[in-house]
Amino acid sequence: MNQTQQILFDEPGPRARRRIRIATVIGAVALVGALIAAVQQFASHGELAWSRWEPFTTWPIWRYLLNGLWATLKAAAATAVLSGAFGLLLALGRLSPNRPLRWLAGAYVEIFRTVPALLLIYVTLFALPAYGLNFPLFWKLVVPLVVSNAAAFAEIFRAGIQALDRGQTEAGLAVGLRRSQVMRLVVLPQALLQLAPSLVSQLVGLLKDTSLGFVVSYTELLYSGQVLSTYTQLLIQTFLVVSLIYLAVNASLSKFARVLQARNGRLTGRGRVAAGPDAPTPATSAPSTSATSTSTASSPDPTSPSTSPDPTSPSSTEGSTAR
Amino acid sequence: MDALTAHLSVLGHGLVTTVQLTVVTTIGAMLLGIVVATLRISPVPLLRTIGTLYVEVLQNLPLLALLVLFVFALPQIGIQFPLFTSAAIVIAAYQGAYLAEAIRAGINTVGKGQAEAARAIGLTFSQSLRYVILPQGLRAVIQPIGNICIALLMNTSLAAAVGVVELTQAANNVNLVEAQPILIFTGAGLAYMLLALIIGQFTGLLERRLAIVR
Repeated sequence: MNQTQQILFDEPGPRARRRIRIATVIGAVALVGALIAAVQQFASHGELAWSRWEPFTTWPIWRYLLNGLWATLKAAAATAVLSGAFGLLLALGRLSPNRPLRWLAGAYVEIFRTVPALLLIYVTLFALPAYGLNFPLFWKLVVPLVVSNAAAFAEIFRAGIQALDRGQTEAGLAVGLRRSQVMRLVVLPQALLQLAPSLVSQLVGLLKDTSLGFVVSYTELLYSGQVLSTYTQLLIQTFLVVSLIYLAVNASLSKFARVLQARNGRLTGRGRVAAGPDAPTPATSAPSTSATSTSTASSPDPTSPSTSPDPTSPSSTEGSTAR
Repeated sequence: MDALTAHLSVLGHGLVTTVQLTVVTTIGAMLLGIVVATLRISPVPLLRTIGTLYVEVLQNLPLLALLVLFVFALPQIGIQFPLFTSAAIVIAAYQGAYLAEAIRAGINTVGKGQAEAARAIGLTFSQSLRYVILPQGLRAVIQPIGNICIALLMNTSLAAAVGVVELTQAANNVNLVEAQPILIFTGAGLAYMLLALIIGQFTGLLERRLAIVR
């Protein structure tokens, strides 16, 4: 159980237990009521009939949807690799001692953080072909997503690099490494490890962004659903199944991010106990079980306000998952 | 430049729709976020589960999939709203999950002693939440909430994909007539940046006014 959950109420006495039971019953009744209402709504419009669901037990339909999922994953992977690399370069540029470079990278990030991805997609769809830049369908989806996600990745990387203790850089310089060597050998390996959970949750956002393939008619999962539903006329069933597939994939990724978080970014072994002076009993004391807890006590998650010691830097609290 | 001025009413209407959608959904998402965050820290296990499920489901589905489901599929079972209302409901529900997480992070930053003191003077769960925990917790996360509001602003553009004529769609429509994509899309992009800047300035102001300096 989460720390806050415990401090907001005492161990319940008889009266509190009764109230909890009453609230549970009310909640359960509301939940069941909503469920019954939904089922009735489905039934009264004939959408519960087995003939409306039966196609989703057949292989051709699933093969079509899984092909869509495969296209989604391909687009997400390409976007992740390209925007991750580009984002890292941007972050390094923003932190470099070279002023024009810093300014350029900063301008890029600030601009593309606040321009919607859909607008960028419209630009690649309708503006660039007029200037002779007509990408294949796949890249019409991936290029705008890379452009906008690189800005998000840049902010994550920058927050992580800046959050690392300055002593690390100073020690590296003191033993005679050059700046680039310090970055490559000392700072980045540690920062990336710390950032692993945020990077994975950015992956979830990125995977969700690929649903914009719906707009460019690239047959990823959502657009496949659209095509399928115009063919079968099973609108609500198709989109519910598509949503469930998205949910399964993204929930696993989110879960993976939480596991990484609990293990301090390491995949194997038990994470180091990251006990700071102000966090005597962090969730990391039991890494295997705390994977399910969502405590952010000493996390490198940039959305957590506790990791932003510098309130004047707005981007240190940049919500990497705020999409 | 003529392309912009000639269609000022279309673009202006789109801009107004975007602003309306942003304001309405921000308020809705904020209320929803507070409710869901409260559910997730309540003493009732069932309510905690409901809150967690809500956040998990909404954060892991693409907004566009939700919009398509709501706007195109739900009419099949007789649930239909005006387009703007549908978009507002879906975006508010989606961003509400993110705001709930931000607010919960804020509640986590409130010192343990505050909650203990609130209980010690006899406040109930809802009283201590309302008078002690939330006022402090919300102030700690003004900046993250501002970031989510900017993300919300950008996400309102997805309403274009289901047919709401907001700024992005208006720009696209004007471009189809005028065929001056660079000018028109840059104009729309600048408008989004301006709106984001306003939100950023506003949250900065709120932060300076309200943040607790310890």
